[in-house]
Amino acid sequence: MSSELTYAYYPGCSGLSTSLDYERSTRAVCSALGMTLKDIPDWSCCGSTPAHTVDHVLSAALSARNLALAESMGVQSVLTPCPSCLTNLKVAGHRMEKDDFKKEVNALLDHPCANSLTTKSVLQALVQDVGMDKIAERVRKPLKGIKVAPYYGCLMNRPPEVMDFDDPENPVSMDRILQALGADVLDFPLKVECCGGSFGVARKDVVVHLSGKLLGLARDMGADAVVTACPLCQMNLDLRQSQINAHLKETFNLPVFYYTQLAGVALGLDPDHLLLKKLVVKPWKVLHKIQEPEAAAV
Amino acid sequence: MECIRLDSSINSGFIDQVARESEQDPYLCYQCGNCTAGCPNNFVYDIPVHRIMRLLQAGQKETILGSHSIWLCATCESCTTRCPNNIDVARIMDVLRHMARREGYVTEKRVKQFNDSFLHSVQKHGRVFELGTVMRFVARTGRFWTDVELGPKVLARGKMATRAHNIQGKEQVSKIINRFLGDERK
Ligand code: SF4
Ligand code: SF4
Repeated sequence: MSSELTYAYYPGCSGLSTSLDYERSTRAVCSALGMTLKDIPDWSCCGSTPAHTVDHVLSAALSARNLALAESMGVQSVLTPCPSCLTNLKVAGHRMEKDDFKKEVNALLDHPCANSLTTKSVLQALVQDVGMDKIAERVRKPLKGIKVAPYYGCLMNRPPEVMDFDDPENPVSMDRILQALGADVLDFPLKVECCGGSFGVARKDVVVHLSGKLLGLARDMGADAVVTACPLCQMNLDLRQSQINAHLKETFNLPVFYYTQLAGVALGLDPDHLLLKKLVVKPWKVLHKIQEPEAAAV
Repeated sequence: MECIRLDSSINSGFIDQVARESEQDPYLCYQCGNCTAGCPNNFVYDIPVHRIMRLLQAGQKETILGSHSIWLCATCESCTTRCPNNIDVARIMDVLRHMARREGYVTEKRVKQFNDSFLHSVQKHGRVFELGTVMRFVARTGRFWTDVELGPKVLARGKMATRAHNIQGKEQVSKIINRFLGDERK
């Protein structure tokens, strides 16, 4: 049974810096739920959006180097927390099902990729391999009394033929996890809308407009916090929240958690492993609300 | 809206090339507008995505490759997900960018420069070094980082590694990119 929950793990570059908090809390939660994550040795960058906007074979080759490394690990699946990495790894695998494409990709590699593994998000593994019952059972401190807006971002479930998990227009996997953890989960209509993605540096106006819309609706719906599963979304909504406020003359003050951080809180894990202090918009007030359910009920 | 003289400006080689590289059939588009309706970046596009599709059917290479839209597409996959004719529109947008890049049409220099800086970092270290990427971007665009006010927030929280993570196989990664560059991809 336990070997079924052993995966080749691909953290992704942002996990080493901008989303260290996602990375640590993911590992903590997975371990608490009995999953074994074995890092792909010497993994390299998947090329993210820049690579596939340059060329599809190049992009697939940057992903395939990692898939090939994972093939020697004796596991069935590659797991990644990051939707952008997920898209690249999955699209590479999907396109390499065609022999011509696979040949072109392997021509760029030192070690060919057989394309024998499946890739999934940590979110998918939690829902399908671990299961809701086991997650609910393991809760020590229910997230009672906080309202959260689940925000998946555009890439986690789209396009459906490639991602092959949950609904592309109205995904519910994160909603279900947050519900199992005891939170009051809002039916957030913009859950798959784009946050502006990687335009933060080159075209800030795009991010301000799109992320501003997301924060605005979450606040208007009465959310205490936004919950994300994507490092880029989290950065745009959290780190850039002050920029968004300045440009839109707004006063947003919404903490933006990774779902794994809230899961860690609910499972009663050591807060130091969840790196909550890395969040730019302070989460303490919301977390305090959880600790005092009576006060929150008023 | 300007008129298009189809008799003199239609470039069927262009249509075929886009169809081949994207493995999509542009003629399936019947202009329902679903792609544009869901496109988050339509507000900064000079040509909405359904019109890109129509111009593609009409072989309007110059207009399309010279547009800002193809560089501002967020690759969010909304158009692909919603097209009733199952056209992978986002893939077509990607291919149009590839062509624009190869043929020297760059209407959004900063976007291209950011992507180049990113890949340069991957080529050098095997993994992207975010701070290095941003610094290279600043140096190349000659613009002081407009995000400078975020610096203290980022650094105080250790949110950006200040040193690159070089991997053992960085040569292998570098070779992937070099082999690609040495390839004459059509
Ligand atoms: S959604 Fe598809 S058919 Fe409709 S306009 Fe866009 S590309 Fe054409
Ligand atoms: S992939 Fe590009 S063109 Fe398609 S909806 Fe998203 S931003 Fe618009």
